[in-house]
Amino acid sequence: MPLVNWFKRKFVVIAGLLTLAFLLLPNVVVTVFSFNKPKGRFNYAWQQFSTDAWKDPCGVSGLCGSLSLSLQIAFWATLGATALGTMIAFALVRYRFRARGAVSSLIFLPMAMPEVVMAASLLTLFLNMGAQLGFWTILIAHIMFCLSFVVTAVKARVMSMDPRLEQAAQDLYAGPLQTFLRVTLPIAAPGIAAGALLAFALSFDDFIITNFNAGSTVTFPMFVWGSAQRGTPVQINVIGTAMFLVAVLIVLTSMVINNRRNKQKA
Amino acid sequence: MATLTEAPPPLAPTAPQAEPPRRRGRWTPYWLLLPGMLWLLVFFALPMIYQASTSVQTGSLEEGYKVTWHFATYWDALADYWPQFLRSVLYAAAATVLCLVLGYPLAYLIAFRAGRWRNLIMVLVIAPFFTSFLIRTLAWKTILSDGGPVVGALNTLHVLDVTSWLGWTAGDRVLATPLAVVCGLTYNFLPFMILPLYTSLERIDGRLHEAAGDLYARPVTTFRKVTFPLSMPGVVSGTLLTFIPASGDYVNAELLGSTDTRMIGNVIQTQFLRVLDYPTAAALSFILMAAILFMVTFYIRRSGTEDLV
Repeated sequence: MPLVNWFKRKFVVIAGLLTLAFLLLPNVVVTVFSFNKPKGRFNYAWQQFSTDAWKDPCGVSGLCGSLSLSLQIAFWATLGATALGTMIAFALVRYRFRARGAVSSLIFLPMAMPEVVMAASLLTLFLNMGAQLGFWTILIAHIMFCLSFVVTAVKARVMSMDPRLEQAAQDLYAGPLQTFLRVTLPIAAPGIAAGALLAFALSFDDFIITNFNAGSTVTFPMFVWGSAQRGTPVQINVIGTAMFLVAVLIVLTSMVINNRRNKQKA
Repeated sequence: MATLTEAPPPLAPTAPQAEPPRRRGRWTPYWLLLPGMLWLLVFFALPMIYQASTSVQTGSLEEGYKVTWHFATYWDALADYWPQFLRSVLYAAAATVLCLVLGYPLAYLIAFRAGRWRNLIMVLVIAPFFTSFLIRTLAWKTILSDGGPVVGALNTLHVLDVTSWLGWTAGDRVLATPLAVVCGLTYNFLPFMILPLYTSLERIDGRLHEAAGDLYARPVTTFRKVTFPLSMPGVVSGTLLTFIPASGDYVNAELLGSTDTRMIGNVIQTQFLRVLDYPTAAALSFILMAAILFMVTFYIRRSGTEDLV
């Protein structure tokens, strides 16, 4: 039975590719339905081909405003979380200090907590302090939950770093600042970049914590959530597809460049 | 520049990187930790205390709340919402198992069988993240829509008869049923299963497979006795990374489910943002947190991977 044998040999490959298809199917649907011309308010059933939404991506009131707000929050949250997280990561790897266990668990806990719990408790704090919900409360919340992920990413990189490189720099009469800027930082950069990227993605796509702490401010995920109740404009799919294409393009380009560089080295 | 003296003597038997070296500037680590730790203390730890205090308050929105140590809120909350708690655990557990079953072959494929396609498949696993997860979850409304191709195929194969009988679906519909919610949860958290699985599979020495084969182990036995046990750290962190967010999620239950599929996250969200019953909402959230922490600790102990954390 050659067919059965073939299936046995290829079982993992077939099952894996089916899972991959399951993962990518919604993206295909999002892309296809960005060319839809729905009847009524909801874009769930295929009607006819149209490029109207692509020609006018900001044609829905509030959509592009929410998008730009999300980008701004993601930018500042990334900056804040990356700065604070990198400092913590360096302290954890490079220094001995008291209460290391407490520090580690305070960093681990936000990652082991359902988002809704953090969201609800943060809202009780803001309500108790009488804080005005909006841009600043969202930013505070985003920096808080991105921080741990940045620490983890940077820590992994700094840990694999050879401390003798810094000692060598100091033996060559580099001051502490010079050593940090010209040796330590360049080596740690990939880890910091990975942490920053992760923070940006997490912040930009966050819904649950933002939903609790945004007040009446509308970020892009909040806009999508609201439209699921009131009616989903095709433009949402256009923006989803465009983001997907841009990101994949960037990743593929960087992969090609990396490949070339490696080949040149070899 | 006294660093030369700090270099370990060449014959010292101690591991050079076991403990971070002591540096000049005793206060440097504390300065580095201060801003980030303050942030987490004020905006993560302190809110937990506020929440605990809110959960034992009584009062009303108009008159304000006072701490009266009214623990009955907890019993009332549990008595009223135990079905939603149970449902959250069941749905999250089902989604976690599905993620493991679906994710393992793909992680295995990337780690051992993908060859030069490895990077491309990796990109494709992460790529969906670039589109907002709410938009992708809404796409499942289209995929599972009534009378659509998926529902039609399941109907023809009489799968829906079985699932209806089990109470997972209702009649000819998949949308607004438990199956749709579990499907959405599985889909949303699948990458969080695949990535840790891949990381731990990738570390396995390929020669171990050859050795098992040389010792006449069939592929299934090799998997059961060698590969799977060695991938346990990935299985443990993958299941945690799937189960924890899934148990607190309310997006899938809201978008793909109905009033009969409400999870505890939905209740907390409604109580907090619409009903404005803060003590009940805080109590529910506190119970969820305690349950998760308890389960996670127990699970990590049981699976013997404390060093994971």
